Amino acid sequence: MVSLEEIKKSLLTCIWFMFLTFPIMVIRVNTVQKVIEWRWINMLLVGVAGFILSFFWRNLFREKGKTGTEKQSPAKTDNISIFQKIREDRKRFLPVVALFGCFMIAFPLVFSLYQTNIMTTALIYVMLGLGLNIVVGLAGLLDLGYVAFYAVGAYSYALLNHHFGIGFWTALPLSGLLSALFGILLGYPVLRLRGDYLAIVTLGFGEIIRLILENWNEFSFGPSGIANIPRPGFFGMEMSLKGHTIYLYYLMILLVLFTIFVVNRLQNSRIGRAWIALREDEIACQAMGIDKARTKLTAFALGATWAGMGGVVFAAKTTFINPASFTIWESIIILCIVVLGGMGSIIGVISGAMILILLPEYLRAFSEYRMLIFGIVLVVMMIFRPGGIIPDIRRVYKYKGKETRMI
Amino acid sequence: MKPILDVQNLTMRFGGLTALDNLDLDVNEGEIVALIGPNGAGKTTFFNCITGIYKPTGGDILVHGSRKESVRLNGLKPNQVTEKGLARTFQNIRLFPNMTVLENVMMGRHCRTRSGILGAVFRGQATVREEQKVVEDSYEILKKINLARYVDELAMNLPYGAQRRLEIARAMATEPFLLLLDEPAAGMNPQETADLDELIVWIRDTEKISILLIEHDMKLVMSLSDRIFVMDYGKKIAQGTPEEIRCNPVVIKAYLGEEMDA
Repeated sequence: MVSLEEIKKSLLTCIWFMFLTFPIMVIRVNTVQKVIEWRWINMLLVGVAGFILSFFWRNLFREKGKTGTEKQSPAKTDNISIFQKIREDRKRFLPVVALFGCFMIAFPLVFSLYQTNIMTTALIYVMLGLGLNIVVGLAGLLDLGYVAFYAVGAYSYALLNHHFGIGFWTALPLSGLLSALFGILLGYPVLRLRGDYLAIVTLGFGEIIRLILENWNEFSFGPSGIANIPRPGFFGMEMSLKGHTIYLYYLMILLVLFTIFVVNRLQNSRIGRAWIALREDEIACQAMGIDKARTKLTAFALGATWAGMGGVVFAAKTTFINPASFTIWESIIILCIVVLGGMGSIIGVISGAMILILLPEYLRAFSEYRMLIFGIVLVVMMIFRPGGIIPDIRRVYKYKGKETRMI
Repeated sequence: MKPILDVQNLTMRFGGLTALDNLDLDVNEGEIVALIGPNGAGKTTFFNCITGIYKPTGGDILVHGSRKESVRLNGLKPNQVTEKGLARTFQNIRLFPNMTVLENVMMGRHCRTRSGILGAVFRGQATVREEQKVVEDSYEILKKINLARYVDELAMNLPYGAQRRLEIARAMATEPFLLLLDEPAAGMNPQETADLDELIVWIRDTEKISILLIEHDMKLVMSLSDRIFVMDYGKKIAQGTPEEIRCNPVVIKAYLGEEMDA
């Protein structure tokens, strides 16, 4: 039953929308004939659409309110999604993973080179997302300059190769280490900052690195970037472009698996617990004897390591890098991957990266509206699924007599 | 016998405000000492100075721990203080709300365990054994504190009294020789307070942990404490046994105010 009150509200909403969109939807200045076209029909359309959508929107909220009250019950079991059910049931979990694994392995054999390339990019972002997940998801430190470490990784490979001829395989761990060092370098001054302040400082750090790369010509070759970065070799084998692409794809799969393995182990360890405790309550954490400085620095360093390695693969994949690839926008995307996918959740981050990187590629037809859709999706997500697509259900330690293990 | 905690001339200034003014306080081994005073007297500031959250402006905080050595705590970080063997609870409960009861206590074991990043990644024998030990030790503590039935609950879902006890359990997991309790009975019902009374005495007698507590519940303070220190406006105004404090005119004045002469 639609009440008068609701109609009133919807009317207000649609008038508001008509007013807001008036300048862009109604007025059009024809510069050739020097006249103003008044497109009143657009206003009508906006009004009708706003009216209908506001009903729909309110309905969604009502649905949310219904489940919302249930969600508050202590055991978080009533709102588990289908994904979580799959995750909890090993019998169902394993086939799903196996199926997905087979798909990923068969991918370059089935799909075109172009698709494989896109998928490799997506995998790089999975790795970046998992790295940032350590900092943001586990330790709760909002880092808006994560791309800086990505840049450090990419540039250290490019520069080391340019000056000293160091190859991909040596550069991979070296760049990881160097990025970790930069992570500590950033982490040290921001130890006492939290929340918004931390976000702003990290944002600044990201920009500093980009500006240095852009302006220090002698060091980084400035905006013109570095070209002819070699692709990774495979025991000195000669490879065609196709071979290289496929090789890089499988390499990336291995790296992602390695990342998942390490991040997962870290998460369920003494250090992982300390990160989570730090996120929960910093003062209590210190009172429990946890060294705040050290714990934060390890989070920054370990998070940065993955970004550095991702940067190396990125440089090797595109064979050309310049500072334009490492803008603040990249940081935001990576952060969105983590938040949208589900903070702290490994599977969530993977799906977040896949969705955010692959969808724009396949929806090129709507590329003009990309930012608009992106914004709407984020707003809707934050309202209806604040925990992300696949929220983190942390493995908790449960006591089972002497047999206690993590489950 | 040396006191295990010996605070001399402790002073803490925040700008022009002197929150602690030349405070002396000591706790002997096996004692339950209470610190009382009206609201805003600086009791929690005193705790924060001792546990390293604030760096005191002046004075000395000395501890003589189990290893017979004296350590000066001034300027140490909170985690270092905890490592030295002082553990605290907070006035407004500071648990890790989204962690289970067991995990909360496991956090307390953090400073007594060593496994690092490499251990976590390779998960070798030593790490696995240490993790297992942490779980078992933590469960033992929960059993002692009578919280074992909540072991797998999230800390935030616990009843209030149990949350307070969990804070004590977590503090005990750090293997302290002195436990600092900041208003442990605040907001508890009489039954819970009675249980707490029993628990504190038990901690002292069985676990051999000395206790320094801030408390407003006078019944609890009088029945528990061996000695009482009274503070007002950052100064110590009295010290002594419960009987002495009960009839001390200065203390009564601080709490109830002075009668105005006509």
